Amino acid sequence: MGSIAKLVAQRLALGLFILFVVSVFITFVVEFLPGDACQALMGQTAMADTLAACRQEMGLNRPPHLRYWDWITGMLTGDMGRSLANDRPIAELLGARTGNTFFLAGLAAAVTVPLAILLGMFAALFRNRGFDRSINVITLTFISLPEFFVAYLLIYFLAVQAGWFPGISNISGSGLSLWEWTYRSILPAATLTLVVTAHMMRMTRAAIINVLASPYIETAELKGLGRWRVIARHAMPNALAPIINVVALNLAWLIVGVVVVETVFVYPGIGQLLVESMSKRDMPVVQAGSMIFAAVFVLLNLAADIIAIMTNPRLMHPR
Amino acid sequence: MNNDLEKLKKQYECGSISRRRFLQQVAAVGGIGALHAMGVPGALSSARAAGPSSGGNIRIGVGAGSSTDSLDPATINSTFMQIVNYGLRNNLTEVAPNGELVPELCESWDASPDARIWTFKLREGVEFHNGKTLDAKDVIASINHHRGDDSESSAKSLLRPVTDIRADDKNTVVVELREGNADFPFLMSDYHITIMPVTKDGLDVESGVGTGGYVLEDFRPGTRCSMKRNPNYWKEDAAWFDSAEVLAIKDSTSRTNALATGEIDVMNRVQLSTASMIDGRSGMRIEETSGNQHVTMPMHTDTDPFSDNHVRLALKHAIDRQEILDTVLNGHGYLGNDHPLGRANPFRADNLEQRAYDPDKAKYHLKKAGMDSLKVRQHTSDAAFQGAVDASVLFQQHAKRAGIDIDVKRASSDGYWSEVWLKEPFCVAYWGGRPTADWMFSAGYAADAAWNATKWKNERFNELMKSARAELDRPKRQEMYTEMQQLLKDDGGVIVPVFLNYVMGLKDKVQHGQMAANWDLDGLKCIERWWMA
Repeated sequence: MGSIAKLVAQRLALGLFILFVVSVFITFVVEFLPGDACQALMGQTAMADTLAACRQEMGLNRPPHLRYWDWITGMLTGDMGRSLANDRPIAELLGARTGNTFFLAGLAAAVTVPLAILLGMFAALFRNRGFDRSINVITLTFISLPEFFVAYLLIYFLAVQAGWFPGISNISGSGLSLWEWTYRSILPAATLTLVVTAHMMRMTRAAIINVLASPYIETAELKGLGRWRVIARHAMPNALAPIINVVALNLAWLIVGVVVVETVFVYPGIGQLLVESMSKRDMPVVQAGSMIFAAVFVLLNLAADIIAIMTNPRLMHPR
Repeated sequence: MNNDLEKLKKQYECGSISRRRFLQQVAAVGGIGALHAMGVPGALSSARAAGPSSGGNIRIGVGAGSSTDSLDPATINSTFMQIVNYGLRNNLTEVAPNGELVPELCESWDASPDARIWTFKLREGVEFHNGKTLDAKDVIASINHHRGDDSESSAKSLLRPVTDIRADDKNTVVVELREGNADFPFLMSDYHITIMPVTKDGLDVESGVGTGGYVLEDFRPGTRCSMKRNPNYWKEDAAWFDSAEVLAIKDSTSRTNALATGEIDVMNRVQLSTASMIDGRSGMRIEETSGNQHVTMPMHTDTDPFSDNHVRLALKHAIDRQEILDTVLNGHGYLGNDHPLGRANPFRADNLEQRAYDPDKAKYHLKKAGMDSLKVRQHTSDAAFQGAVDASVLFQQHAKRAGIDIDVKRASSDGYWSEVWLKEPFCVAYWGGRPTADWMFSAGYAADAAWNATKWKNERFNELMKSARAELDRPKRQEMYTEMQQLLKDDGGVIVPVFLNYVMGLKDKVQHGQMAANWDLDGLKCIERWWMA
């Protein structure tokens, strides 16, 4: 176990370094974009003297490295700063929306991960037969369609025609019960499920089929074990490592890559906030949001590696 | 205007348009009052349905709003915040549904004969949501919020002519201007200049406390704002809903879905290509108003080849406005005549000849400019308006027949207003329009206007603008404004191909009276003026 603790510590340190590099990168890339927060906020109505007053107040006249220094020292002391655009504390802006995004991703993942792995195992079990082929065609169809199109299909059939679900996810009202929150998030979650299932399902199938060619599987079959038992008990544990990595990758996508789905369902998640802040050049918000995204990637990959090690006795107990 | 009405009357009587469409169009052109004068039997029978009634919750889905929004009226620039602001707060004056200016928080106003000193008598006994009684101090601080060197307000330039504001007593505010401006009370109805209370910590701009018909409940920038009725509202015949919700739904398909599935009761900016489908569905209807919102194609008159008026005239004749109206706007608008005053503007000249597509005339003007052919580049983006790129491509086709080669350069929506508008010599843009002629001209066409997108400096135009501004005699002003529109049309640097209607989708249970056309959604006051059947 000591080696795992050491690994975690090493990886966390590396993760912090990655976050630092990302933050520097974002600050200076955004400097190259045309316009600044003042100009973007005032848009068509910007005038020379109001712009000057605004830049003065927001401190945009100062060189970028000084602004970065202020930001990072604030960040390290736990102060995310305030939005340039509406002067609200960023922690408050990000807080609620981050919660919404994680809720949606969690809801989608709770359905998708077991579903994809089970389907993958069944596909391996019945490989090259009718079930395998049809499940492949269906999942590949949904991964090939653009997300917004899948979303519109669901809205058209389940919301407009059948009337079972609301056409948009209005979840920002106060005092919403957990059930109501879930109910209003079902369509976006279903869209995400349809979009990401294929990737995980096919990786599960391929990994298992790969293992099925090994001699020990032949032994198990010769012992007279049933095909399902061979796959679930003998093949699956040895196929876990690649599956875990794909799951982690997809979970990360469910958090950082869903801005299109958020827009279609008017779901108040962090993706929309970042896009809007970016177009308004509201740098402190963009920085803080990017940190969250980068941290999600770092942590999920770390988790995937550790779980892969823990499920592999050869790595757990190296000679 | 009378011609339009006659045409509509004929169409209705021979059955080529429905009663609903007829009423809408008449309301857009001349107001319901015109119907009586026209003597069309039966048309009004159910337009005079039951009067307003209290109750209900209205949910309005608007195609605007951003997580960067704030309640400070100095920063307001989108429909979402405009509606919220007019719900929470009042102005000194208000543009009534028929386009007339009426008092709101003031009882009356008076001008010195040179229109330089304006005295506003405030309404007595009006209370803010926090219980404070309105007085002159609140009004002065709220106006001064947009003035001063360190102001970042979008209304700063509007108030630049103000030299002094003072209180004569606690219910009288006196404003002094650098020079006379007969429209000054109109400026006080602007959506930035709403009145907020002064507390012991200074002017309260962030909490949303005002004197308006609704009290703020919950504001989430870029998502949703909910308000409940102000039980203490000083207006007796307004703010009918128990509660109101404004939702930011930027994707137009999502907005349509939300209306179709009953998640919202009202939507703005209906996708023009699908408007007819919404109108056909049960429980919903489309309504539109013809206001001042218009498309512009500004040319820098100080840059070759646009410095030659013949080149400008050639381009003005080389665009088929009717086709743009029919295909890009699906008919939801009306033709522009190369000046910026729309039907909701009291000084629009209705006797100017409509400019038509005429490739031969365009060629004639090219020849006058000493050219056989012309090659120009037009920057365009859907940031200007929905369908701007299509309009540019159509223009390219139209102009080809006049020997003009337009290179359509599609620019990114991101940064369009900072990088292209005012900077490129020929581009596509739009204006929301302004309620008065002087406001519109001094914002966009005066020689020293900050947004003089055409760099046009016409001496006669600028002289007329100055004298019309201080003129209190209405017919004389009209005469001057008509001449200014003619000047813009024949010499100005802007092509105004079409005016854009405000197209809204409503659930059938949502009712309203005559709809103001000065802005979207009944002059942005739908939550105060509409009601549930």
